[in-house]
Amino acid sequence: MTPPDPPTPSAPPPSDDASPIGRRAFLGFVGLGLSSLAWGGAAMDLFAQSSRLVPESLRSALPFGKGWRIYAVNPPHPTFDPATWRLRIEGLVERPQTLTYAQLRALPRSRQTSDFVCVTGWSVDDVGWQGVRFDDLLAAAKPLPAARALRFVSAEDPYEDSLTLAQAREPDAMLAYTMDGSPLERKHGAPARLVMPQMYGYKGVKWVSKIVVTDRVEDGYWQQRGYDRDAWIGGSNGR
Amino acid sequence: MAVDPRLAITAEPRVQRFGLTERRLHTVHATSFAVLLVTGFVLYVPFMAQIVSDRPLIKTVHLVTAALWLTALALVVVLGDRAALRATRREIERLDCDDLLFLRRRSARAGRFNGGQKAHAIIEAGLAILLTISGALLWLSERNTGFRLPGTIALHDAATLLLAALVVGHIWQATTHTGSLEGIRRGTVRASYAKARHAKWHAAPAPAGPTAPAGDRPGAARIVLAALVAAAGLVAAVLLVADVTG
Repeated sequence: MTPPDPPTPSAPPPSDDASPIGRRAFLGFVGLGLSSLAWGGAAMDLFAQSSRLVPESLRSALPFGKGWRIYAVNPPHPTFDPATWRLRIEGLVERPQTLTYAQLRALPRSRQTSDFVCVTGWSVDDVGWQGVRFDDLLAAAKPLPAARALRFVSAEDPYEDSLTLAQAREPDAMLAYTMDGSPLERKHGAPARLVMPQMYGYKGVKWVSKIVVTDRVEDGYWQQRGYDRDAWIGGSNGR
Repeated sequence: MAVDPRLAITAEPRVQRFGLTERRLHTVHATSFAVLLVTGFVLYVPFMAQIVSDRPLIKTVHLVTAALWLTALALVVVLGDRAALRATRREIERLDCDDLLFLRRRSARAGRFNGGQKAHAIIEAGLAILLTISGALLWLSERNTGFRLPGTIALHDAATLLLAALVVGHIWQATTHTGSLEGIRRGTVRASYAKARHAKWHAAPAPAGPTAPAGDRPGAARIVLAALVAAAGLVAAVLLVADVTG
C-alpha cells in the first residue's frame, strides 16, 4: 500500500481552507430530490414496467412504487370462515337473501382487468378481478320499484359506503371474490369486496357482509370525513 | 463522587468528540427516525400492515412523531450551543483531499469526521428535508387531490428506502468499530481511538473540536422562544391526532 503524500506535518487544519463541496452536494441532492416531485411518477412507472421481468416473490420483498398499500379503519382485519360466512341482502327487496360462500361463487361469474386508484395518490395497474355483477347478485332478491341505491356494509365496523343503482350497473362494477386469479386475501377484504374501478378505492368496501337496498344514497365512512360521495377518478375530491 | 468503573479500568486519557448540543441533536434524530421508519414501513408494506392492522393508530403515531421531531430540532437550536452547531456544519460541508481519498477507499488521515461520515451526514440532512416536504404533501393531498404532484409518492418511498439503508449502515459502523459508540454515549473517546481513526483531529483537536463554554445558560428571551416553539409543536400534534382519528 502506498500512502498518499501527506501535507507538511505542521500544516494548519484544512477544514477552513477546503472548499464547501459538501454544501454544494447537499443543495444539489435536495434540488434533485425536489425536482423528482415532477418526474418521480414517470420514473416509478418505468421502474414498475422493468421490474415485471423480476419474479413476483422478489418484487414483493423489495416494495417500491406501484404496489398495494393496505388501508383499514378498525383493527384487526375481519376473519373469513367459509363454513359460517354469510352475505345478507336486504332492504327494499321482495325476498331478502342470505348467501353462503358457495352460493355466492355459484352465481354467474364476471371477469375484468382494471387499474386500482387510491385517492391518496398510489395506484396498482392491471388488477384482475372475478366476481358477480350486481344485476346477477340482486336477481333473486328482486329490488322493489322504489330502490335507488345499494349500501355496502363491511364486517369491519363502522366501514360502509354506497353506490346508486345506476353506478352499480356500470359494466366494471362487481362484488369481487378473486384477485389476480386467487381467492381474495384477508388484507384485501376476504372473501368479497366491492370493486368500482371508475372511482377511488375508498368506495371499494372490503369484507362486505351485508348489502342493503335503499331509496337514496347515504353518506359512508369517508363521506362523513369530508370525501366526495361520487368519487369519480380525476373528477372529485378537489379536482 | 462515584468513579465510573469503566474509567477506572481503562485509565486512558479521553478526548471530547461530541458536545452536549450535538449529542442532543443525535438523540432527537435517532429516536424520531426509529419510530418514523418502523411506523412508515407498517403503513407501506402489506404484510406488515396485516400483522399490525391498526392503521389509524400507526398513522397517528407517524404524523405526531414527525411534528414532535421538527419541534425538538427547533428546541435544540433555540436552547443549544448554536456556535458549536455552526462549527460542526462548517466542518461537515468542507471535504478536504483526505476526505475525498477516503471516499475513494484509499488510506487517508481523517479529521473529527472522516469523508464517509461527512457524506453520510450530508445525505441524511438532505433526506430529512425531502421526507418532510414530501410527507407534508402526502398528508395535504389525502384531503385534497389538488395538492397531488406526480412524484410525491415516488420521492417519499425512495427517500425512505435510502434512509433505512443509511441508518442500518450507520448502526452497523457504530457497533462494529470498538470505541466509537462511546463517543455518542459519553461525548468522549479514548485517545488511542482518536489517534487511530481520526489522526488529523487527534493531532490538532482544538479548531475542529466542539466549543462548550462553561455556564452558557440560555437567557430569558431564548427560554420564552423555546416555550413558544414547544407550545406550537404540541398544538400541531394535537391537531394531527384530531385530523387522523376524526
